[in-house]
Amino acid sequence: MSEVYRPIGGKLLTRHFYFMGVLVLIGAFFMARRFIFGIGDVANLSDGFPWGIWITYDVVTGTAIACGGYAMALLVYIFNRGQFHPMIRAALLTSVFGYTLAGLSIVIDVGRYWQLYNVFLPQYANLNSVMLEVALCVTLYTLVLWIELSPAILEAMKDNRHLRQVRHALFFFIGLGILLPTMHQSSLGSLLLIAGYKVHPLWQTNIIPLLFLLTAITMGYAMVVFESLYAAVNLDRPIETDLLSKISAIIPWLLILYLVLRISDLVWTGAIAALLKPGPEPLLFVLETALFLYAIVNLLHKERRIRPRVLFWTALATILGGSLYRFDAFLIAYNPGPGWQYFPGVGEILITLAIIAVEIMAYLFFVKKMPILLAARPARLGAKA
Amino acid sequence: MNIDRRAFFKIAAAGAATALCPAPAAARPPKELPPEAVGILYDATLCIGCKACEVACKAENDMPMAHDTPLERAHGVAGTWDADNDLNSRTMTKIKVYTSGTAAVKDREEDGFSFIKRSCMHCVDPNCISACPVSALTKDPFTGVVRYNPDACIGCRYCQLACPFNIPKFEYDKAFPKIVKCQLCPDRLAAGGIPACCDACPTGASLFGRLPDLLTEAHRRLTFKPGEQQQYPVRRLDGDEQRKAEVTGYHPKVYGETESGGTQYLMMAGVPFDKLGLPPVGDTSRAQLSETIQHTLYQGMVAPTLLLGGLVFAVYRRTHAEQEDASEGEESTPEAREGRRDE
Amino acid sequence: MNRSAASRREPALGPYLSDQLDVYGISRRRFIEFALGITATLGLPLGMSGQVLAALEDTKARPTVIWLHFQECTGCTESLLRATHPTVETLLLDLISFDYSETLLAAAGHQAEQALHDSLDKNKGQFILVVEGSVPLRDGGIYCKIADKTPQQMLHEIAPHAAAAVAIGSCASWGGVQSAAPNPTGAVGLPEALRITGITKTDGTPLPVITLPGCPASPYNLLATVLYYLTLKKLPELDAKGRPRFAYGHLIHDHCERRPHFDAGRFAEQFGDAGHRQGWCLYKLGCKGPETWANCPAIEFGDVGANTWPVGIGHPCFGCAEQGVGFHKALHEQADVESVTPPSLFPEIITKHAGGVTVGAAAVTGAIAGGAVVYALGANEKLKQVEAESTAVAKSEAEEPK
Repeated sequence: MSEVYRPIGGKLLTRHFYFMGVLVLIGAFFMARRFIFGIGDVANLSDGFPWGIWITYDVVTGTAIACGGYAMALLVYIFNRGQFHPMIRAALLTSVFGYTLAGLSIVIDVGRYWQLYNVFLPQYANLNSVMLEVALCVTLYTLVLWIELSPAILEAMKDNRHLRQVRHALFFFIGLGILLPTMHQSSLGSLLLIAGYKVHPLWQTNIIPLLFLLTAITMGYAMVVFESLYAAVNLDRPIETDLLSKISAIIPWLLILYLVLRISDLVWTGAIAALLKPGPEPLLFVLETALFLYAIVNLLHKERRIRPRVLFWTALATILGGSLYRFDAFLIAYNPGPGWQYFPGVGEILITLAIIAVEIMAYLFFVKKMPILLAARPARLGAKA
Repeated sequence: MNIDRRAFFKIAAAGAATALCPAPAAARPPKELPPEAVGILYDATLCIGCKACEVACKAENDMPMAHDTPLERAHGVAGTWDADNDLNSRTMTKIKVYTSGTAAVKDREEDGFSFIKRSCMHCVDPNCISACPVSALTKDPFTGVVRYNPDACIGCRYCQLACPFNIPKFEYDKAFPKIVKCQLCPDRLAAGGIPACCDACPTGASLFGRLPDLLTEAHRRLTFKPGEQQQYPVRRLDGDEQRKAEVTGYHPKVYGETESGGTQYLMMAGVPFDKLGLPPVGDTSRAQLSETIQHTLYQGMVAPTLLLGGLVFAVYRRTHAEQEDASEGEESTPEAREGRRDE
Repeated sequence: MNRSAASRREPALGPYLSDQLDVYGISRRRFIEFALGITATLGLPLGMSGQVLAALEDTKARPTVIWLHFQECTGCTESLLRATHPTVETLLLDLISFDYSETLLAAAGHQAEQALHDSLDKNKGQFILVVEGSVPLRDGGIYCKIADKTPQQMLHEIAPHAAAAVAIGSCASWGGVQSAAPNPTGAVGLPEALRITGITKTDGTPLPVITLPGCPASPYNLLATVLYYLTLKKLPELDAKGRPRFAYGHLIHDHCERRPHFDAGRFAEQFGDAGHRQGWCLYKLGCKGPETWANCPAIEFGDVGANTWPVGIGHPCFGCAEQGVGFHKALHEQADVESVTPPSLFPEIITKHAGGVTVGAAAVTGAIAGGAVVYALGANEKLKQVEAESTAVAKSEAEEPK
């Protein structure tokens, strides 16, 4: 751990920050309504669509986007690419907030939130439930993420005694922090297995856990690239083009693996025939695939992937493709039967928006006040080395 | 290649082998019917659409009725009709009607109509029970009734997603909501009685009984010829109430006999069941598939434990080497050196 | 209106019915109301009430009626005569010329038989034959004899000369109580008896029979049938069982005042229980309304008034008017619900649920998407600048060593 991390400093209460604050206040208003008048007051959820954007975006997509920490840990500690170590804290930070706020979303989304602790009570545990596995894993992983991030906070607090203790045990938590996402990111896909015919055949498959896991890792890498570029654009950080293009080089291979698996599975089961049926679902499938193909085509070329704009758009396409895959499986290509429809309600959207705003605000707070980002290390230097 | 990675792959491979090994990962067998399984046989050809079952259900379960203000104003009455148009958080059973063309003849597919009573199917192998993370939904070990425990429920609504029949309903309009579904009138059953809907049904269209007997009865009815006069039991199969009625002809299927691994709520009708809005569920429960896949991956937590061991070991080697490297400057892996060059 | 002094002196025998209203203590207004009511019963447009009124008033063309009593209890005649609805029986008796009726005839014995023969000779092919009671077919019909003649013999003599026949009451319509198992006399209704014995009009065409089942038949329906004929000079539209559609075109169930309770699933379970006292549906107590075709809910029963018809007073319909129901099914036995006309109150199989896109939600989504696009394009611009700078730097760096 020879890298030097430093808070980037600067004014925290920018206009940008205040705007986010307003979004949070609006969301807080609807959250209050949700707790006073019930979920139906703000959300368009129904008995046909029990899960809306709170689950699909905030939890399923949100944690996949927050897989940066997991994906980078996999790269650094398992595939031993130490050169990416400098990026790990920033990736961890987005993961911490992605998961923590997914947890908050769950509190808002579940109807009987005051009994949420039942999930941890052994007498209630249902070991057959995919949901139980996801709930336990996500909670535990959120905890692990905070422990993994704690050195940054402890450094900021100059609490060296605890810092040393944490550092000694960190290897275990890092290991755990790789296992847990592997388990629950795949299980997030497995959640849909039981829904059977309600999920369109182009998405309903027995290998859905593997597909969810692969896309989550891919989205994690894309998010690391995107977040780094965000820092460059919005916080005037130097662009780490060299590292980013190296990370981006992994993405197409993961996506190719994903596409091969998914399409050969569709062919194998015959579900590919659904592609020729009318309706929006085949188009959505094509759109997902097109987004991934765009990323693959652009990132396979070495000279293209060193251009920040290409990195930006391919990262965005990967995140969008992975998000669309999740939205399709959970919402758009989810059909509980005729007569049911769902589009998120205004309050529902604004609560989700508030959660995203909190994430961005917390990110800004942490990078400005805590040693998260690497001490100035211009892009050109990296390129030269 | 370095030792860390090799070690990791070895362990990971062992884990994967354990996970994918077919011996411990055999498909979970379908659930068997509980010994004293009871259920309801709903015969749409006997149903006269009087909704007595709905009224009795609401009375028994203290459910409020829904008002249709314009309708009530038009008829100058109040509180006459229950205006709910589907199962919902205050309606656990509902008579719906299929109509086609002129809707002239009952129990006919073309230019006819048919009633259908929807409520919880009390599956033999219920998806909702498999889905529920906190065992709020349980299957009675004797009667097989799928029951709900609000004290356990966290309100995640995964049961709603899992149920192929869209049965569990949620009180979206309440600050402290519950899941609502038919529990086959547990208090009445405990007292040796029968569910309110069967008790109220004047024609025996909703018939309570032990499930094997109900199935036998259902198959007896399938042998009836249209136009015959036949005796039909009323209220409960093992009771002495009988009623003579003309057979109008059956669609040759007992819905629920095999659907989703079998259900304890059986249906018979004169028109095909897809017309009556019953979903195309297969003969096996999705819970079986879901649990097979999950338990294959997590059999005794062996694979995750092995994987964790491998991961922790790999991370330990990596971070340990790094720390030593940083403090003592000893030799380390080429990647680590390469990584250091960057700094 | 020819309200002559003469008619005042002879109040009972004025040429017009309206002349007699005073005698019966009926106001003109009530008479017109009655005419309107019966127009509605007939199923005629209210605009025709003038014609009905004219037919009511013009008693000159009174059809001749020969009224035969076979196996019966005379309940139909009694209910006709005992009707408390004022003037129905009076109107009826004034509308038709009772040339022969065993109950009403003042004459008796040979005198009565003579009246029958005289009327037959005089009105051949023009009179209306009214039959009350069933026809015994077993053992040559010896179970019922009038003037030493069995009903079959009487029908052979009289029926071929009638213009039309009216079978009043369930006995005459389909056998009634006598036809209930084991039916010792082989009782059948008039249409069946005519068919079996092969009696037709003299010219060989079948004798039209209007059946007015009911036990007893509603006198109102008889009056309405007669008025229909007098007004329109033709027989009313009949159903397959010979019943006038205007009176028997609907199930009792369909017009029952308790129908909303049926639709809402509220049933009296026992006589005297809470539901029964609140006037709930009597189906579970064995009401045969769902399989009995009659207009009792509309005109009530026996013309007694004051909502007195069986269901109105809390007794399940007995199905007296319906062949195979009344006297055939047990009182408590539940009816077959014949026409469960799906009311609009039933939800359809597929229920349209709320939850679709709203303008607000679409606007918010649009704003977010727009914001994201604007941000992405902005970021793209900045990255473009950075790219341009770095390529310039790279170029200069590449040139430097040279």
